Amino acid sequence: MSLVRAERLEKSYRVGEVDVPAIRGVDFNIEAGAFVAFVGPSGSGKSTLLNLVGCLDHPSAGRLTVLDTEVASLSRTAAAAFRGKNLGFVFQDFNLVPVLSAYENIEYPLLMVRHLTPAQRRERVERLLAAVGMTEQADKRPDQLSGGQKQRVAVARALVSEPKLVLADEPTANLDHDTAHRILELMKSMRDTFGTTFVFSTHDPKVMAEAEVTFLLEDGRLLEQNGGAA
Amino acid sequence: MISTLKLSLRNLLRYKRRTLLTSLLITLGVVAMLLFVAAAGSFKGVMIGQITDSMLGHLQIHRRGYTASIDNLPLNLNMQPRALEKAAAVLQADPAVAAFSTRIKFGAMFSNYAETTSIRLNGIDSAAEDATAPALRGRIIDGDKTGPLVAPGQILIPELIAKGMKVKVGDTVVLIATNQDGSVNGRNFTIRGILEPVTGPGGRDGYVDIADATELLRMEKQQAMEIAVRLKDLGQAKAVNKRLEAALAELKNKEDKPALELHTWDQLTPFANIANMLDLMTLFIRVMLVAIVLVSVMNVMLMAVYERIREIGTLAAIGTPPSRILGLYVGEGLLLGLLGAALGVAISLTAVAALNIWPLSFPFARQIVVLTPVISFADVATVTALVIGMAVLASLQPAWRASRMDPIVALRHV
Repeated sequence: MSLVRAERLEKSYRVGEVDVPAIRGVDFNIEAGAFVAFVGPSGSGKSTLLNLVGCLDHPSAGRLTVLDTEVASLSRTAAAAFRGKNLGFVFQDFNLVPVLSAYENIEYPLLMVRHLTPAQRRERVERLLAAVGMTEQADKRPDQLSGGQKQRVAVARALVSEPKLVLADEPTANLDHDTAHRILELMKSMRDTFGTTFVFSTHDPKVMAEAEVTFLLEDGRLLEQNGGAA
Repeated sequence: MISTLKLSLRNLLRYKRRTLLTSLLITLGVVAMLLFVAAAGSFKGVMIGQITDSMLGHLQIHRRGYTASIDNLPLNLNMQPRALEKAAAVLQADPAVAAFSTRIKFGAMFSNYAETTSIRLNGIDSAAEDATAPALRGRIIDGDKTGPLVAPGQILIPELIAKGMKVKVGDTVVLIATNQDGSVNGRNFTIRGILEPVTGPGGRDGYVDIADATELLRMEKQQAMEIAVRLKDLGQAKAVNKRLEAALAELKNKEDKPALELHTWDQLTPFANIANMLDLMTLFIRVMLVAIVLVSVMNVMLMAVYERIREIGTLAAIGTPPSRILGLYVGEGLLLGLLGAALGVAISLTAVAALNIWPLSFPFARQIVVLTPVISFADVATVTALVIGMAVLASLQPAWRASRMDPIVALRHV
């Protein structure tokens, strides 16, 4: 089943008087439950593509369907609601809320986006904390956690609202190799446990090797796809 | 809502020193405002009480045109028996009226047999005047304060005349007055007491019995220049004045206009201008408080938004609706306002309680004014609502900016 489908997708940015293309007529298809990487050098369009799939940005041309929704037509508020309901995000810099504990950071999307009872929230957060191995650090704030621990919390936060798709922009860029490997393993195990589709971007060859499907990008063009159905 | 406020509180506590300083600034504004309102209110209350209770009454009735020439104490603009009877009937029937005193106001020559000076006098009925101006008795600084204010043949004189004419309680003096027809009459009086002067019209008048005034002016029928009225509630003065005016409107003069005119105390004394000035100053202080709250909260909130741009991007990216991001920052402003207002009110109430235990006193004109400030619930509610409203208003622009931020731009912010 196709979770994300892009057809002749284009995105350009206006810089002064000039349109600078970032994505040039890209077609791809991501199946449910896949573990996908967009790879390529800096400026190849990986992050732009993730932003488009994540409904953070609108395509300039072409079609983009995420979970059977034509996302280009979503308003700002509708896009936020769509993200809250269907998508999870993991960021390169972890982006945890500094004033909240690990537990509260994971709980946050349930408070702000989903409206569950306290018991339901607690059950989900504790399950996710256990799944990412952070139960012992539940009460610690981000500044008391290591980079790897922060990213574990970020993965748990991305998964807590049970999204169908998690987007991770360079999730291992700020981690050492061993930690990066463990985070990718964690993401894979989460995919296996919860059936969530993971799409991440990277320019690190060691990290891209962990992906089951890779899309190689260069100058906004999709050069190659490895694994998965074309 | 509670979770948003909880997060707002956490964010405020993230920068404890900044939050404390901003709250203290708001607190300072609230304290200045409430203490000024309390002190000014007390001063106004003391002065108004003194003026109305010791001479003016809460409102007065005169024949039309009298107040315009009151400085000359005209004898030809007096109220005739029919008008006095009608006014008395109307006043007695009104449940808001506590007492009233009919006065004959006139000017006379005051002689100690060696020297002569002019004096302004009120012919009064002691019991009625006592009920209408209960603080008049308190102004007797020399002489017996008990018994009738003035009995027939007695006179209460202002301190200025007592000193100038070198007379004392028990001395005999002569009053010579010219009546409405131009004939002169005189008679002896015994000084019954010396009155402390007070600010405002009538504050340096003397008093004689109304029967003596009638005789001195050779009035053949009962006439009067003024009816001073005391109400059960001073706050009702304007409403009662309007009601009495309507009830007395049927008395017409030759020009078919109402024969009598009514004035509330504030229309009769220049102190009303000081009271208005105090109200104006209160307004200025309120504007300053608004400015303090607006500037300090807006400054803090703008900084908070600028410092947390990436955080805003994260919140937006994970699906937080713009309205909740707006609520998050408005919540911070609201809590800042609440904290500042709560501290300010607490400090002000403590200060006012202390001022009531150790009252402040200061000389004003020739009196010592003792301040016993009171902060009413309405004052607290007004200032709190003002501060919180302004804090929310000041945080709206930064909050709106945060809620409208493009998540991609915010996430890229360094």
